[in-house]
Amino acid sequence: MSSVITRLKQKQIAQLIEKGKRLDGRELTDYREITIEQGIIERAEGSARVLLGKTEVMAGTKVELGKPFPDTPNDGVLTVNAELVPLASPTFEPGPPGENSIELARIVDRGIRESKAIDTEKLCIEPGKKVFVIFVDVYVLNHDGNLIDASALAATAALLNTKMSKYQIEEGEVKLTSGYTQLPMKKHPITVTFAKIGNKLVVDPWLEEEQVMDARISMAFDDDDNICAIQKGGNGYFTPEQIQEAAKTAKEKAKQLRKKLDW
Amino acid sequence: MNDKPEKLIDKKGVRLDGRKPDELRPIKIDVGVLSNADGSAYIEHGKNKILAGAYGPREVHPKHLALQDRMLLRCRYHMAPFSVQERKSPAPSRREVELSKVIRESLEPSIFMEYYPRTALDVFVEVLQADGGTRCASITAAALAVADAGIPMRDIVVACAAGKVEDTIVLDLMDEEDKLGSADVPLALMPNLNAVTLLQMDGILTVEEFEQAVNLAIEGCKKISAIQKETLKAKYVDVKEVEE
Repeated sequence: MSSVITRLKQKQIAQLIEKGKRLDGRELTDYREITIEQGIIERAEGSARVLLGKTEVMAGTKVELGKPFPDTPNDGVLTVNAELVPLASPTFEPGPPGENSIELARIVDRGIRESKAIDTEKLCIEPGKKVFVIFVDVYVLNHDGNLIDASALAATAALLNTKMSKYQIEEGEVKLTSGYTQLPMKKHPITVTFAKIGNKLVVDPWLEEEQVMDARISMAFDDDDNICAIQKGGNGYFTPEQIQEAAKTAKEKAKQLRKKLDW
Repeated sequence: MNDKPEKLIDKKGVRLDGRKPDELRPIKIDVGVLSNADGSAYIEHGKNKILAGAYGPREVHPKHLALQDRMLLRCRYHMAPFSVQERKSPAPSRREVELSKVIRESLEPSIFMEYYPRTALDVFVEVLQADGGTRCASITAAALAVADAGIPMRDIVVACAAGKVEDTIVLDLMDEEDKLGSADVPLALMPNLNAVTLLQMDGILTVEEFEQAVNLAIEGCKKISAIQKETLKAKYVDVKEVEE
Protein backbone atom coordinates (compact mmCIF):
# COMPACT_ATOMS: atom_id res chain seq x y z
CA MET A 1 0.00 0.00 0.00
CA SER A 2 2.57 2.51 1.13
CA SER A 3 5.29 1.01 -1.03
CA VAL A 4 4.41 3.03 -4.18
CA ILE A 5 4.59 6.31 -2.31
CA THR A 6 7.75 5.18 -0.65
CA ARG A 7 9.41 4.24 -3.95
CA LEU A 8 8.72 7.72 -5.31
CA LYS A 9 9.85 9.31 -2.10
CA GLN A 10 12.94 7.12 -2.06
CA LYS A 11 14.01 8.50 -5.42
CA GLN A 12 13.35 12.02 -4.24
CA ILE A 13 15.41 11.48 -1.08
CA ALA A 14 18.36 10.13 -3.04
CA GLN A 15 18.23 12.93 -5.63
CA LEU A 16 18.04 15.63 -2.98
CA ILE A 17 20.97 14.19 -1.04
CA GLU A 18 23.00 14.17 -4.23
CA LYS A 19 22.50 17.97 -4.18
CA GLY A 20 23.44 18.15 -0.49
CA LYS A 21 19.89 18.60 0.78
CA ARG A 22 17.50 16.46 2.78
CA LEU A 23 13.78 15.99 2.55
CA ASP A 24 13.23 17.15 6.13
CA GLY A 25 15.31 20.30 5.58
CA ARG A 26 18.34 19.20 7.58
CA GLU A 27 21.94 19.65 6.52
CA LEU A 28 23.79 16.39 5.76
CA THR A 29 25.56 16.49 9.14
CA ASP A 30 22.59 17.63 11.25
CA TYR A 31 20.92 15.55 13.91
CA ARG A 32 17.17 15.66 14.41
CA GLU A 33 15.91 17.29 17.57
CA ILE A 34 17.12 15.39 20.61
CA THR A 35 15.35 15.17 23.95
CA ILE A 36 16.80 13.25 26.86
CA GLU A 37 14.83 12.58 30.04
CA GLN A 38 16.40 10.73 32.93
CA GLY A 39 14.96 8.90 35.91
CA ILE A 40 11.54 8.26 34.40
CA ILE A 41 11.11 4.71 35.69
CA GLU A 42 11.20 4.74 39.49
CA ARG A 43 11.46 0.95 39.85
CA ALA A 44 14.61 0.83 37.76
CA GLU A 45 17.98 1.69 39.32
CA GLY A 46 18.56 4.00 36.37
CA SER A 47 16.53 4.99 33.36
CA ALA A 48 16.38 7.37 30.44
CA ARG A 49 14.20 8.11 27.47
CA VAL A 50 15.66 9.52 24.30
CA LEU A 51 13.66 11.12 21.54
CA LEU A 52 15.54 11.50 18.27
CA GLY A 53 13.00 13.11 16.03
CA LYS A 54 10.20 10.58 16.14
CA THR A 55 12.48 7.73 17.14
CA GLU A 56 11.89 6.87 20.78
CA VAL A 57 14.09 4.62 22.87
CA MET A 58 13.96 3.89 26.57
CA ALA A 59 16.80 2.33 28.52
CA GLY A 60 16.53 0.95 32.02
CA THR A 61 19.25 -0.40 34.25
CA LYS A 62 18.99 -2.97 37.00
CA VAL A 63 21.76 -3.68 39.48
CA GLU A 64 22.07 -7.12 41.02
CA LEU A 65 24.60 -9.10 42.99
CA GLY A 66 26.39 -11.77 41.04
CA LYS A 67 29.65 -13.53 40.28
CA PRO A 68 32.44 -11.96 38.22
CA PHE A 69 33.85 -13.65 35.12
CA PRO A 70 36.78 -15.93 36.00
CA ASP A 71 39.19 -13.93 33.81
CA THR A 72 38.24 -10.59 35.42
CA PRO A 73 37.76 -11.43 39.12
CA ASN A 74 38.03 -7.79 40.25
CA ASP A 75 35.52 -6.31 37.84
CA GLY A 76 31.78 -5.89 37.94
CA VAL A 77 29.78 -7.27 35.05
CA LEU A 78 27.93 -5.36 32.32
CA THR A 79 25.15 -6.97 30.29
CA VAL A 80 23.37 -5.13 27.50
CA ASN A 81 20.21 -6.37 25.88
CA ALA A 82 18.02 -4.71 23.26
CA GLU A 83 14.38 -5.36 22.53
CA LEU A 84 12.72 -4.28 19.27
CA VAL A 85 9.25 -4.16 20.78
CA PRO A 86 6.51 -5.03 18.26
CA LEU A 87 4.55 -1.86 19.03
CA ALA A 88 7.43 0.23 17.73
CA SER A 89 7.16 -0.66 14.05
CA PRO A 90 5.04 -2.77 11.68
CA THR A 91 8.25 -4.60 10.76
CA PHE A 92 9.00 -5.77 14.32
CA GLU A 93 7.61 -9.11 15.37
CA PRO A 94 7.32 -10.71 18.79
CA GLY A 95 9.58 -13.64 19.50
CA PRO A 96 13.14 -14.44 20.44
CA PRO A 97 15.73 -11.74 19.61
CA GLY A 98 16.64 -11.61 15.94
CA GLU A 99 19.94 -10.58 14.40
CA ASN A 100 18.96 -6.90 14.30
CA SER A 101 18.26 -6.63 18.00
CA ILE A 102 21.33 -8.70 18.86
CA GLU A 103 23.51 -6.48 16.67
CA LEU A 104 21.99 -3.34 18.22
CA ALA A 105 22.67 -4.62 21.74
CA ARG A 106 26.21 -5.57 20.86
CA ILE A 107 26.97 -2.18 19.31
CA VAL A 108 25.67 -0.39 22.43
CA ASP A 109 27.58 -2.84 24.63
CA ARG A 110 30.84 -2.29 22.74
CA GLY A 111 30.58 1.49 23.04
CA ILE A 112 30.20 1.29 26.82
CA ARG A 113 32.66 -1.55 27.35
CA GLU A 114 35.50 -0.42 25.08
CA SER A 115 35.41 3.18 26.29
CA LYS A 116 35.65 1.80 29.85
CA ALA A 117 32.70 4.02 30.71
CA ILE A 118 31.91 2.22 33.95
CA ASP A 119 34.56 1.99 36.64
CA THR A 120 34.01 -1.75 36.95
CA GLU A 121 36.68 -2.20 39.63
CA LYS A 122 34.54 -0.19 42.02
CA LEU A 123 31.73 -2.71 41.49
CA CYS A 124 33.76 -5.47 43.08
CA ILE A 125 32.63 -6.53 46.55
CA GLU A 126 34.70 -9.67 47.05
CA PRO A 127 37.27 -10.47 44.33
CA GLY A 128 36.35 -13.58 42.35
CA LYS A 129 33.16 -14.10 44.36
CA LYS A 130 30.79 -11.18 44.54
CA VAL A 131 30.39 -8.17 42.30
CA PHE A 132 27.61 -5.89 41.15
CA VAL A 133 26.11 -6.90 37.83
CA ILE A 134 24.72 -4.04 35.74
CA PHE A 135 21.95 -4.91 33.31
CA VAL A 136 21.18 -2.35 30.64
CA ASP A 137 17.96 -3.06 28.78
CA VAL A 138 17.31 -1.00 25.70
CA TYR A 139 13.67 -0.77 24.71
CA VAL A 140 12.86 0.61 21.27
CA LEU A 141 9.41 2.21 21.56
CA ASN A 142 9.08 3.92 18.17
CA HIS A 143 11.20 3.24 15.12
CA ASP A 144 11.84 6.19 12.85
CA GLY A 145 15.44 5.42 11.96
CA ASN A 146 18.86 5.53 13.59
CA LEU A 147 18.08 3.22 16.48
CA ILE A 148 21.79 2.81 17.14
CA ASP A 149 22.53 6.40 18.17
CA ALA A 150 19.27 6.75 20.10
CA SER A 151 19.90 3.47 21.95
CA ALA A 152 23.53 4.26 22.73
CA LEU A 153 22.55 7.69 24.03
CA ALA A 154 19.71 6.25 26.11
CA ALA A 155 22.04 3.61 27.57
CA THR A 156 24.70 6.18 28.53
CA ALA A 157 22.04 8.51 30.00
CA ALA A 158 20.50 5.65 31.98
CA LEU A 159 23.89 4.59 33.36
CA LEU A 160 24.59 8.17 34.45
CA ASN A 161 21.30 8.07 36.31
CA THR A 162 21.96 4.70 37.96
CA LYS A 163 22.00 4.33 41.72
CA MET A 164 23.44 1.40 43.55
CA SER A 165 22.42 0.21 46.98
CA LYS A 166 24.97 0.63 49.74
CA TYR A 167 26.11 -2.58 51.41
CA GLN A 168 27.85 -3.98 54.45
CA ILE A 169 29.66 -7.25 54.89
CA GLU A 170 28.45 -9.04 58.01
CA GLU A 171 30.07 -12.38 58.83
CA GLY A 172 31.03 -12.93 55.24
CA GLU A 173 27.51 -12.17 54.03
CA VAL A 174 26.76 -9.17 51.87
CA LYS A 175 23.90 -7.16 53.30
CA LEU A 176 22.33 -4.33 51.33
CA THR A 177 21.71 -1.34 53.58
CA SER A 178 19.63 1.75 53.15
CA GLY A 179 20.94 4.61 51.06
CA TYR A 180 22.36 4.75 47.58
CA THR A 181 25.56 5.64 45.79
CA GLN A 182 25.92 6.77 42.21
CA LEU A 183 27.17 4.18 39.71
CA PRO A 184 30.87 5.08 39.19
CA MET A 185 31.26 6.34 35.63
CA LYS A 186 34.57 7.31 34.04
CA LYS A 187 33.58 8.03 30.44
CA HIS A 188 30.52 9.07 28.47
CA PRO A 189 30.56 7.22 25.15
CA ILE A 190 28.58 8.69 22.27
CA THR A 191 27.80 6.86 19.05
CA VAL A 192 27.38 8.66 15.72
CA THR A 193 25.84 6.87 12.73
CA PHE A 194 26.09 7.74 9.04
CA ALA A 195 24.10 6.41 6.13
CA LYS A 196 25.70 6.23 2.72
CA ILE A 197 23.23 7.32 0.08
CA GLY A 198 24.63 7.54 -3.41
CA ASN A 199 28.13 8.81 -2.76
CA LYS A 200 27.17 11.04 0.15
CA LEU A 201 27.28 10.44 3.88
CA VAL A 202 24.40 11.69 6.00
CA VAL A 203 24.35 11.86 9.79
CA ASP A 204 21.43 10.45 11.78
CA PRO A 205 19.38 8.84 8.98
CA TRP A 206 15.64 8.71 9.59
CA LEU A 207 13.57 5.72 8.58
CA GLU A 208 13.02 6.60 4.93
CA GLU A 209 16.67 7.46 4.46
CA GLU A 210 17.54 4.09 5.96
CA GLN A 211 15.32 2.48 3.36
CA VAL A 212 17.33 4.01 0.51
CA MET A 213 20.80 3.80 2.04
CA ASP A 214 23.45 1.48 0.64
CA ALA A 215 25.22 1.04 3.95
CA ARG A 216 25.66 2.56 7.36
CA ILE A 217 28.59 3.09 9.68
CA SER A 218 28.48 3.79 13.41
CA MET A 219 31.38 5.15 15.42
CA ALA A 220 31.57 5.48 19.20
CA PHE A 221 33.79 8.13 20.78
CA ASP A 222 34.98 8.58 24.35
CA ASP A 223 35.49 11.91 26.18
CA ASP A 224 39.08 12.21 24.91
CA ASP A 225 38.07 12.10 21.23
CA ASN A 226 39.26 8.53 20.81
CA ILE A 227 37.31 6.09 18.69
CA CYS A 228 36.30 3.14 20.85
CA ALA A 229 33.95 1.11 18.64
CA ILE A 230 32.89 0.94 15.00
CA GLN A 231 30.31 -1.09 13.16
CA LYS A 232 29.57 -1.08 9.47
CA GLY A 233 26.20 -2.46 8.42
CA GLY A 234 24.06 -2.88 5.35
CA ASN A 235 24.61 -4.43 1.96
CA GLY A 236 26.84 -1.72 0.53
CA TYR A 237 30.41 -0.53 0.87
CA PHE A 238 32.46 2.52 1.84
CA THR A 239 35.59 3.82 0.20
CA PRO A 240 38.59 4.33 2.53
CA GLU A 241 38.22 8.10 2.01
CA GLN A 242 34.59 8.03 3.12
CA ILE A 243 35.61 6.15 6.27
CA GLN A 244 38.17 8.81 7.18
CA GLU A 245 35.66 11.56 6.43
CA ALA A 246 33.12 9.82 8.67
CA ALA A 247 35.65 9.51 11.51
CA LYS A 248 36.45 13.24 11.40
CA THR A 249 32.81 14.33 11.27
CA ALA A 250 31.77 11.85 13.96
CA LYS A 251 34.43 13.17 16.33
CA GLU A 252 32.91 16.66 16.19
CA LYS A 253 29.32 15.41 16.33
CA ALA A 254 30.07 13.26 19.38
CA LYS A 255 31.43 16.30 21.22
CA GLN A 256 28.25 18.26 20.51
CA LEU A 257 25.98 15.39 21.53
CA ARG A 258 27.82 14.79 24.77
CA LYS A 259 26.90 18.30 25.90
CA LYS A 260 23.27 17.23 25.98
CA LEU A 261 24.03 14.74 28.75
CA ASP A 262 23.80 15.73 32.39
CA TRP A 263 26.36 14.54 34.87
CA MET B 1 47.51 -21.12 30.38
CA ASN B 2 47.10 -17.87 32.27
CA ASP B 3 50.70 -16.75 32.15
CA LYS B 4 50.49 -13.41 30.39
CA PRO B 5 53.51 -12.43 28.33
CA GLU B 6 55.27 -9.37 29.66
CA LYS B 7 55.31 -7.53 26.37
CA LEU B 8 53.37 -8.22 23.20
CA ILE B 9 56.01 -6.52 21.12
CA ASP B 10 59.64 -5.82 22.01
CA LYS B 11 61.74 -2.70 21.49
CA LYS B 12 62.92 -3.89 18.08
CA GLY B 13 59.31 -4.26 16.96
CA VAL B 14 59.32 -8.07 17.08
CA ARG B 15 56.02 -9.65 18.09
CA LEU B 16 55.35 -12.71 20.25
CA ASP B 17 55.48 -15.04 17.24
CA GLY B 18 58.51 -13.33 15.74
CA ARG B 19 56.61 -11.24 13.19
CA LYS B 20 57.28 -7.64 12.27
CA PRO B 21 54.44 -5.15 12.88
CA ASP B 22 53.32 -5.20 9.24
CA GLU B 23 53.76 -8.92 8.66
CA LEU B 24 50.94 -11.41 8.08
CA ARG B 25 50.75 -14.83 9.65
CA PRO B 26 51.37 -17.78 7.28
CA ILE B 27 48.30 -18.39 5.11
CA LYS B 28 47.34 -21.54 3.23
CA ILE B 29 44.15 -21.77 1.19
CA ASP B 30 42.50 -24.61 -0.74
CA VAL B 31 39.39 -24.49 -2.90
CA GLY B 32 36.94 -27.20 -3.89
CA VAL B 33 37.53 -29.22 -0.75
CA LEU B 34 33.93 -30.37 -0.21
CA SER B 35 32.36 -32.71 -2.77
CA ASN B 36 28.72 -31.96 -1.88
CA ALA B 37 28.93 -28.17 -1.84
CA ASP B 38 28.63 -26.13 -5.04
CA GLY B 39 31.70 -24.26 -3.92
CA SER B 40 34.03 -24.57 -0.97
CA ALA B 41 37.27 -23.35 0.51
CA TYR B 42 39.52 -24.16 3.43
CA ILE B 43 41.85 -21.65 5.00
CA GLU B 44 44.66 -21.91 7.50
CA HIS B 45 45.51 -18.42 8.68
CA GLY B 46 47.99 -18.64 11.50
CA LYS B 47 46.42 -21.29 13.74
CA ASN B 48 42.92 -20.54 12.43
CA LYS B 49 41.48 -23.51 10.57
CA ILE B 50 38.26 -22.65 8.81
CA LEU B 51 36.01 -24.43 6.29
CA ALA B 52 33.51 -22.57 4.11
CA GLY B 53 30.88 -24.14 1.88
CA ALA B 54 28.50 -22.44 -0.56
CA TYR B 55 25.22 -24.00 -1.73
CA GLY B 56 23.31 -22.30 -4.50
CA PRO B 57 21.73 -20.72 -6.32
CA ARG B 58 19.05 -23.12 -5.10
CA GLU B 59 15.37 -23.18 -4.20
CA VAL B 60 14.47 -21.07 -1.16
CA HIS B 61 13.21 -22.88 1.92
CA PRO B 62 10.99 -21.71 3.54
CA LYS B 63 9.44 -20.35 0.34
CA HIS B 64 8.08 -17.09 1.76
CA LEU B 65 11.62 -15.82 2.25
CA ALA B 66 12.23 -15.74 -1.51
CA LEU B 67 12.89 -12.31 -3.03
CA GLN B 68 11.21 -11.47 -6.32
CA ASP B 69 13.98 -9.30 -7.74
CA ARG B 70 17.13 -10.94 -6.44
CA MET B 71 18.81 -13.84 -4.76
CA LEU B 72 18.59 -14.34 -1.01
CA LEU B 73 21.98 -14.61 0.65
CA ARG B 74 22.20 -16.42 3.94
CA CYS B 75 25.34 -16.91 6.01
CA ARG B 76 26.01 -18.95 9.07
CA TYR B 77 29.21 -18.47 11.00
CA HIS B 78 29.66 -21.20 13.54
CA MET B 79 32.43 -22.27 15.86
CA ALA B 80 33.09 -25.90 16.64
CA PRO B 81 32.91 -26.68 20.39
CA PHE B 82 36.55 -27.80 20.30
CA SER B 83 37.83 -24.76 18.40
CA VAL B 84 38.67 -22.74 21.51
CA GLN B 85 40.38 -23.31 24.87
CA GLU B 86 37.16 -23.65 26.91
CA ARG B 87 34.51 -25.76 25.17
CA LYS B 88 32.06 -23.56 23.31
CA SER B 89 28.44 -24.62 23.42
CA PRO B 90 27.37 -25.60 19.90
CA ALA B 91 24.21 -23.47 20.19
CA PRO B 92 24.63 -20.19 18.29
CA SER B 93 25.85 -17.43 20.62
CA ARG B 94 24.97 -13.75 20.25
CA ARG B 95 28.48 -13.20 18.91
CA GLU B 96 27.93 -15.81 16.20
CA VAL B 97 24.58 -14.27 15.23
CA GLU B 98 26.24 -10.87 14.83
CA LEU B 99 29.21 -12.27 12.92
CA SER B 100 26.92 -14.20 10.58
CA LYS B 101 25.20 -10.91 9.80
CA VAL B 102 28.36 -8.88 9.21
CA ILE B 103 29.91 -11.64 7.10
CA ARG B 104 26.77 -11.74 4.94
CA GLU B 105 26.85 -7.97 4.57
CA SER B 106 30.53 -8.08 3.66
CA LEU B 107 29.92 -10.57 0.83
CA GLU B 108 26.66 -9.23 -0.58
CA PRO B 109 28.08 -6.12 -2.32
CA SER B 110 30.40 -8.37 -4.36
CA ILE B 111 27.73 -10.72 -5.73
CA PHE B 112 25.41 -10.01 -8.67
CA MET B 113 22.33 -10.80 -6.58
CA GLU B 114 19.93 -9.65 -9.30
CA TYR B 115 21.04 -12.46 -11.65
CA TYR B 116 19.20 -15.10 -9.66
CA PRO B 117 15.81 -13.87 -8.47
CA ARG B 118 13.73 -16.19 -6.26
CA THR B 119 16.74 -18.35 -5.35
CA ALA B 120 18.94 -18.67 -2.30
CA LEU B 121 22.67 -18.83 -1.79
CA ASP B 122 23.66 -20.36 1.52
CA VAL B 123 27.17 -19.87 2.82
CA PHE B 124 28.21 -21.95 5.80
CA VAL B 125 31.37 -21.21 7.73
CA GLU B 126 32.71 -23.62 10.33
CA VAL B 127 35.57 -22.50 12.51
CA LEU B 128 37.43 -25.68 13.40
CA GLN B 129 40.18 -23.91 15.31
CA ALA B 130 40.23 -20.27 16.35
CA ASP B 131 43.32 -18.10 16.75
CA GLY B 132 42.13 -14.50 16.62
CA GLY B 133 40.82 -12.90 13.47
CA THR B 134 38.34 -15.68 12.65
CA ARG B 135 35.81 -13.31 11.07
CA CYS B 136 38.40 -12.08 8.60
CA ALA B 137 39.71 -15.53 7.70
CA SER B 138 36.06 -16.68 7.40
CA ILE B 139 35.28 -13.93 4.90
CA THR B 140 38.41 -14.71 2.86
CA ALA B 141 37.37 -18.37 2.68
CA ALA B 142 33.65 -17.71 2.18
CA ALA B 143 34.28 -15.37 -0.77
CA LEU B 144 36.39 -18.08 -2.40
CA ALA B 145 33.69 -20.67 -1.79
CA VAL B 146 31.17 -18.42 -3.55
CA ALA B 147 33.59 -17.87 -6.44
CA ASP B 148 34.23 -21.62 -6.58
CA ALA B 149 30.46 -22.15 -6.87
CA GLY B 150 30.60 -20.17 -10.11
CA ILE B 151 28.43 -17.28 -8.91
CA PRO B 152 29.11 -14.08 -10.91
CA MET B 153 30.91 -11.57 -8.72
CA ARG B 154 32.21 -8.02 -9.07
CA ASP B 155 35.29 -8.84 -7.05
CA ILE B 156 36.52 -11.41 -4.56
CA VAL B 157 36.16 -10.03 -1.06
CA VAL B 158 39.16 -10.45 1.18
CA ALA B 159 39.52 -9.54 4.85
CA CYS B 160 42.26 -8.81 7.32
CA ALA B 161 42.55 -7.04 10.66
CA ALA B 162 44.92 -4.42 11.95
CA GLY B 163 45.14 -3.18 15.50
CA LYS B 164 47.25 -1.72 18.24
CA VAL B 165 49.43 -3.59 20.69
CA GLU B 166 51.52 -1.71 23.22
CA ASP B 167 51.96 1.52 21.21
CA THR B 168 52.40 0.05 17.77
CA ILE B 169 49.88 -0.33 14.97
CA VAL B 170 50.21 -3.92 13.79
CA LEU B 171 48.77 -6.11 11.05
CA ASP B 172 46.84 -9.35 11.48
CA LEU B 173 46.41 -9.81 15.24
CA MET B 174 46.69 -13.30 16.65
CA ASP B 175 44.76 -14.53 19.67
CA GLU B 176 46.98 -13.06 22.42
CA GLU B 177 47.29 -9.72 20.66
CA ASP B 178 43.55 -9.61 20.11
CA LYS B 179 42.80 -10.29 23.80
CA LEU B 180 45.57 -8.25 25.43
CA GLY B 181 46.13 -5.57 22.81
CA SER B 182 44.46 -2.19 22.93
CA ALA B 183 42.47 -2.17 19.68
CA ASP B 184 41.33 -4.42 16.85
CA VAL B 185 40.08 -3.23 13.45
CA PRO B 186 38.79 -6.04 11.22
CA LEU B 187 38.22 -4.90 7.63
CA ALA B 188 37.00 -6.55 4.43
CA LEU B 189 37.83 -5.17 1.02
CA MET B 190 36.89 -5.56 -2.62
CA PRO B 191 40.48 -4.92 -3.78
CA ASN B 192 39.73 -4.02 -7.42
CA LEU B 193 36.98 -1.58 -6.49
CA ASN B 194 38.79 -0.18 -3.44
CA ALA B 195 35.58 -0.66 -1.47
CA VAL B 196 35.39 -1.58 2.21
CA THR B 197 32.55 -4.04 2.87
CA LEU B 198 33.20 -4.83 6.52
CA LEU B 199 34.58 -2.53 9.14
CA GLN B 200 34.41 -2.99 12.86
CA MET B 201 36.50 -1.78 15.71
CA ASP B 202 36.87 -2.24 19.40
CA GLY B 203 39.44 -0.77 21.73
CA ILE B 204 40.78 2.76 21.92
CA LEU B 205 42.35 4.57 18.98
CA THR B 206 42.81 8.21 18.07
CA VAL B 207 41.40 9.25 14.69
CA GLU B 208 44.97 9.33 13.30
CA GLU B 209 45.80 5.86 14.62
CA PHE B 210 42.54 4.59 13.20
CA GLU B 211 43.47 5.96 9.78
CA GLN B 212 46.84 4.19 9.99
CA ALA B 213 45.18 0.93 11.04
CA VAL B 214 42.70 1.10 8.15
CA ASN B 215 45.51 1.68 5.65
CA LEU B 216 47.57 -1.15 7.10
CA ALA B 217 44.59 -3.53 7.03
CA ILE B 218 43.97 -2.61 3.38
CA GLU B 219 47.61 -3.44 2.55
CA GLY B 220 47.19 -6.78 4.32
CA CYS B 221 44.00 -7.48 2.39
CA LYS B 222 45.80 -6.90 -0.90
CA LYS B 223 48.51 -9.40 0.03
CA ILE B 224 45.94 -12.04 0.99
CA SER B 225 43.98 -11.29 -2.17
CA ALA B 226 46.98 -12.34 -4.26
CA ILE B 227 47.10 -15.70 -2.44
CA GLN B 228 43.32 -16.06 -2.89
CA LYS B 229 43.48 -15.53 -6.65
CA GLU B 230 46.50 -17.79 -7.04
CA THR B 231 44.63 -20.57 -5.22
CA LEU B 232 41.54 -20.21 -7.38
CA LYS B 233 43.58 -20.16 -10.58
CA ALA B 234 45.65 -23.17 -9.52
CA LYS B 235 42.54 -25.35 -9.36
CA TYR B 236 41.87 -24.86 -13.07
CA VAL B 237 45.49 -24.94 -14.16
CA ASP B 238 45.77 -28.37 -12.55
CA VAL B 239 42.75 -29.65 -14.49
CA LYS B 240 44.27 -28.45 -17.74
CA GLU B 241 47.49 -30.32 -17.15
CA VAL B 242 45.63 -33.59 -16.57
CA GLU B 243 43.76 -33.20 -19.85
CA GLU B 244 46.91 -32.74 -21.92
